Amino acid sequence: MANRAQPISALAGIGAAVAVLVLCATLLPLGAVFLRAEEASGLRAADWAAIRFTLLQAALSAFFSVLLAIPVARALARRNFTGRRAVITLMGAPFVLPVIVAVMGLLAVFGRNGFVSHALGVFGLPPIEIYGLHGVVLAHVFFNLPLATRLILHGWLAIPSERFRLARSLGFSPSDIQRHFERPMLRATVPGVFLVIFLLCTTSFAVALILGGGPRATTVELAIYQAFRFEFDLSRAAYLAVIQVGICAIAGIVLLWRAAPQTLGAGLDRVTENQAPKSHVMLVQDVLAIGLAAAFLALPMLALVLGGIGDVLGLPEVVWRAAIRSIIMAVLSAILAIGFALPMAALMARRAWRLGVDVIGALSIAVSPLVIGTGLFLILHPIMNPTQLALPVTVFVNALMSLPFLLRALAPAYLQAERSQGRLADALGLRGWNRLRHAILPRLMRPLGFGAGIAAALSMGDLGVIALFSSPSQSTLPLEMYRLMGSYRTNDAQGAALVLLFLSLALFWIFDRGGRVNAKA
Amino acid sequence: MKHTIIAAGLISLSGAAFAQQPVLTVYTYDSFASDWGPGPQVEAAFEAECACDVQFVTAGDGAALLARIRLEGAGSDADIVLGLDTNLTHAATDTGLFAAHGIQAEGLTLPIEWSDPQFLPFDWGYFAFVHNADLENVPANFTELAQSDARIVIQDPRSSTPGLGLLMWIDAAYGEDAAMIWDGLADNIVTVTPGWSEAYGLFLEGEADMVLSYTTSPAYHLIAEEDASKAAALFDEGHYMQVEVAGVLANSDQRELATAFLEFMVGETFQTIIPTTNWMYPAALAAEALPDGFETLIQPQDALLLSPEEAAMRRDAALETWQTALSQ
Repeated sequence: MANRAQPISALAGIGAAVAVLVLCATLLPLGAVFLRAEEASGLRAADWAAIRFTLLQAALSAFFSVLLAIPVARALARRNFTGRRAVITLMGAPFVLPVIVAVMGLLAVFGRNGFVSHALGVFGLPPIEIYGLHGVVLAHVFFNLPLATRLILHGWLAIPSERFRLARSLGFSPSDIQRHFERPMLRATVPGVFLVIFLLCTTSFAVALILGGGPRATTVELAIYQAFRFEFDLSRAAYLAVIQVGICAIAGIVLLWRAAPQTLGAGLDRVTENQAPKSHVMLVQDVLAIGLAAAFLALPMLALVLGGIGDVLGLPEVVWRAAIRSIIMAVLSAILAIGFALPMAALMARRAWRLGVDVIGALSIAVSPLVIGTGLFLILHPIMNPTQLALPVTVFVNALMSLPFLLRALAPAYLQAERSQGRLADALGLRGWNRLRHAILPRLMRPLGFGAGIAAALSMGDLGVIALFSSPSQSTLPLEMYRLMGSYRTNDAQGAALVLLFLSLALFWIFDRGGRVNAKA
Repeated sequence: MKHTIIAAGLISLSGAAFAQQPVLTVYTYDSFASDWGPGPQVEAAFEAECACDVQFVTAGDGAALLARIRLEGAGSDADIVLGLDTNLTHAATDTGLFAAHGIQAEGLTLPIEWSDPQFLPFDWGYFAFVHNADLENVPANFTELAQSDARIVIQDPRSSTPGLGLLMWIDAAYGEDAAMIWDGLADNIVTVTPGWSEAYGLFLEGEADMVLSYTTSPAYHLIAEEDASKAAALFDEGHYMQVEVAGVLANSDQRELATAFLEFMVGETFQTIIPTTNWMYPAALAAEALPDGFETLIQPQDALLLSPEEAAMRRDAALETWQTALSQ
């Protein structure tokens, strides 16, 4: 079994090196913060409360995101309709928005002064109260439902269409199809998707605080902020970050251990034909799933468009310069992320390493951005002025942060490509670069495009470490937007937010589309 | 192509063009140095008289600025830190990284006495709850606010300097009874945000009736947007002040230049830039010299401010009170 992957051991070797690099890049900054701490201090009762709340909201958010994503992904997989592609692209949007922009969009719909509250008012009902644990979960589902849907949709589309054809000729009922194809696919896909969303939500800070309604909604990340800036207690900040990593590593091992790799066997590479079942109940189900999800995601974005459209043309030049800088950084960071992810996926295709590499890949989003930024700052400061490295460091960290999403999309596809084409490639004696180029890469275009799109858009919208390193002359678009907000220029900030939304979507669309150029449909 | 762009960017960043002039490195908070803050004008005005190159390095806000200086320690490139407030100066003094400024600032126009040997103020403001001018039954103090059903949005004291300001305001005004006030306010608080920008944004979107900001906030809307629809509520227990200060690093290799900058900072040129860029009161400018529109702002009877030592001493207990009251 193992020797089938042998011919590409060079790539897998690079994968191992990258995995070590990623692990170091994640853990060294943590160590640097520990070393710099002046005195050791422990955790307090409030910290444990923060840990409990963090776990609770992250688990609920991941649960609901995945639960709701399954019917939407299934509907998108088996229906063909005008605008399907637009819906799938828009699915990428909320995920890549800067937090405060997305929160403002959500509040325009669900807030006290929002659209839904006004609609309720017409019927004499009180406005909805969004602030609380349910508000946090709602916002996290808004961010992550699209991501979950896309990742699960990849799983659906990876089921070889020959299977469906065979099933049809054997007279399988929809429930037979579910049992034989869909459930095994979900068992393989869902734990990883759940994990990524869970991890993303564990470092949430602003969303949890704003929509959680106050200090009850204190997350570990906020506790780290407090330790770092309120008390300058680096030791406590580092302890909290270690706990964050620990929780995430355990969650990763538990979830991914049992996630059975897909064993769907070989197909002939055809894109899944839309196997729309004839049942009316299912049609209603699918229409509802797509309709509700689209409305839930599109309304807040529509509010952002309406809020910002009048201010785009009048934006100051510095905002446009920041936008160009952000685009360049986003593209570089997407390329770098692919460079990391492809070898790691090759390594993961060799079974023995799968779990370890998978967890390492997921860790980078689990570590507090504040601690990573501070740690990198401490490491770089003695060597050179960190401000001068702000842009390269941001590109690097953004690439790291998008790794988990890339791996989620790429690794199953890589394994599938090896399984379906490996024997043929062996027989033809394809090795090294030729094997990668002819047997593997053509089957990876879709997840590669999607992953690069996510990486680029994520980098576009991320405030990230740049905020810790920046000097006024080298800001990014999100940073410039925050500056506008901080100077009372709310209208300009809304305009900048719209530009950001548009650019993120455009980048995502271009990469994602690029990945599908060769694919039929 | 990309490499050229990056290389060009790195070269221009290193300030090669100014290599022959001494460089004055000023660490400040982000919104001070942004294109809409005082930074660009201050830089141009001082460079016109100092034969030097002023370079700003930014951190998120005053607290982030202090954290950064502490991280860098004695090896910091900073000559000046501009943008701490009196809630932070005690901890800043304790680091031992700052030198005495040695300036006799006689023209200060703060409503309080100033005698800090290390830090010199450049602007100040009163915290206040800002609301739409058409709000009915505007509360006149914290007790009335707590009893009203006005919905307010505030900032988290752990991550925001105005948020910490409110903590000290209630502590300074009510002392032992602060817990009672916070209990009463708990049901008025819509939510708590990480920073000022988010809170103000929520208020402008109509999520709350009032937002914790400054008495000078309505001046922005009035002067920059010709919009008189915002007002600040006058509280009869007095308003807590935020005094923003700057200090010289003991390890600065440009001590003379840095001192010259501090003198410039409390001079007329710098001070007249402040009101309509930082939207705060300048620390050394007569009231008559303020721009038109500032005369419409509310004038608190009492200026409240804990000394840096007191503020540092009472901070943790005040935070505990706040957390307990709002976590129930």
